[in-house]
Amino acid sequence: MMRSDALTSGSVRFNRYLLGRRLGRVVFYAALVLFTLLFLSPMIWMISASLKPEGYVFEYPPRLWVPGAVEFENYAVAWSQFPFWRALGNTLTIMGWNMVGGITTAVLTAYVFARLHFPGRNTLFVLVLSTMMIPSQVTLIPQYILFRELGWLDSFLPLTVPAFFGGSAFAIFLLRQFFMSIPRDYDDAARIDGCSTFGILWRIIVPLSLPAIGTLAIFSFMGHWNDFFAPLIYLNSQEKYTLAIAIQQWQQVAVMGAGAYQPPLWVHIMAMATVLTIPPVLVYFFTQRYFIQGIVISGVKG
Amino acid sequence: MTNAVERVESVYKRRHHFTMQTRQTIEAYIGLTPYLAGFLIFTLGPILYSLYLSFTDYDVLSPPKWIGSANYVKMFTVDGLIPHSLWITFKYTIVAVPAGVVVGYALGLLLNQKAVGLSFWRTAFYMPSVVPAMATAYLFMWLLQSDYGLINTVLRAVGLPAPKWWGDPDTVIWCFILMAIWGAGGGVVLYLSSLQGVPTDLYDAAKVDGANVWQRFRHVTLPMTSPVIFFTFLTGMIASFQVFTQVFVSSNGGPANGSLFYMLYLYRIAWTELKMGYAAAMAWILFVILLVLTVLVLRLSGRLVYYAGEERN
Repeated sequence: MMRSDALTSGSVRFNRYLLGRRLGRVVFYAALVLFTLLFLSPMIWMISASLKPEGYVFEYPPRLWVPGAVEFENYAVAWSQFPFWRALGNTLTIMGWNMVGGITTAVLTAYVFARLHFPGRNTLFVLVLSTMMIPSQVTLIPQYILFRELGWLDSFLPLTVPAFFGGSAFAIFLLRQFFMSIPRDYDDAARIDGCSTFGILWRIIVPLSLPAIGTLAIFSFMGHWNDFFAPLIYLNSQEKYTLAIAIQQWQQVAVMGAGAYQPPLWVHIMAMATVLTIPPVLVYFFTQRYFIQGIVISGVKG
Repeated sequence: MTNAVERVESVYKRRHHFTMQTRQTIEAYIGLTPYLAGFLIFTLGPILYSLYLSFTDYDVLSPPKWIGSANYVKMFTVDGLIPHSLWITFKYTIVAVPAGVVVGYALGLLLNQKAVGLSFWRTAFYMPSVVPAMATAYLFMWLLQSDYGLINTVLRAVGLPAPKWWGDPDTVIWCFILMAIWGAGGGVVLYLSSLQGVPTDLYDAAKVDGANVWQRFRHVTLPMTSPVIFFTFLTGMIASFQVFTQVFVSSNGGPANGSLFYMLYLYRIAWTELKMGYAAAMAWILFVILLVLTVLVLRLSGRLVYYAGEERN
């Protein structure tokens, strides 16, 4: 008797425990769904507004779309009001040069620090790391003056050339860590086969470091797609604007339609905001693994 | 005989080693040339020149005129907009950064409860931080539009007061704080990886000692993840003192300078008014403020942050 009592009370308790656990799980997933909605809904509204006919963007209660009137033309209309494709091309050009230049220099510098022994190595590496501490504002004005003296204003040069002489401290640090994890035996084997120091970098180290280099390319993409300040101060003529600057100018300076001042409509602004958002979101989706690795390394070790 | 061979070998080795070393040094400096040249031309040179400029009056068109500390004196005596813009920036930082850390950390804790479909939720929380600042600004200009914006319409519908948001110098800063909090999921990736790194035996030991959920959080989770919290706090603070893009494309400092952030004011001084000397002084003051804040936070972290490696020392 005693024994079965204990058993039933035990199973009741176990059931109650299970129920509590299940309830906890329900609350838990409800919280996840709630937060997801909270974080994603502004983005969904942005896309939804970009596809509505003008006049429906402020309707209440809001609808995800207006049936029978999904206006993809909003995009075409918006980018016909300023040199959209040209600006996109400019952004991609500047971004491409920065990727090539920044990564090449970072690879070279990181390789020297990871593999070669030379006097002054530690001092110089500390110097590289210390540049992370210097806020860009302090160098901003003299750089502007320098590029002005060189006659480089209103060209892509101030936005691209420094990358070939820089490579961010973060990139150098990340690559150096990665290079140091590659066994030196490979270097030695290549050297015995007659490979030069920089030949080893090109034939052995770089092919083995593609994941790290890919991570940096992603960061470079994110950084230069969103870059605003530098293009703003260096580019003055409309045909040289990057996409972000072109959209800002279009939105703020307004559209000159047949000589009449006509501010852009909300649907068109939301369309352009969506255009700005899509590439980084896609890049994040397709490269999530590398992206997250890069962030974790930067946070844990940076 | 053997002796002679050894001697020859050692001489050869020494010479060989010497030439190898010299060659390596030369190669190293060849490899470092682009970086070092860039450092001198684009970093060190400009730092020194900007320090010099901050003591001059320079309008770009005529050569800089040495005026001593006049720029710095003017900043804190005559120019009321310096303390004003610093105050705006400070108010924003002191609310947005801690709120962002708390929200991000809470989301990390939530995801650490072994959720099914982890990468989906993580992506959902992370997504807003991938949205360019400019797009975020346009989005919030629309959502927080005072007359017809979605948020105010909802607030009115449930009978709550609808603030003027962008239209009022006192509330405009909250638009930017809300944007920052919306992007707080950006920290989730870091928090989650550090939460997952907490050794489970610590939790088991705490359970054996009878620690409840709160105590386990307070005495195991929080100390073990404090370095990452500290890191995101520090980098968040530095970034938020330099906020520019989202302000420039939306309120552009208005209304009535209610959102005149420090960097926006610096931009105007340098590129609208062409007072490069004064702007250089502003940049240096910003640098000093960030340095002081960093040192303060580092000091504080010495007491609050737990580094697993410390015990061994």
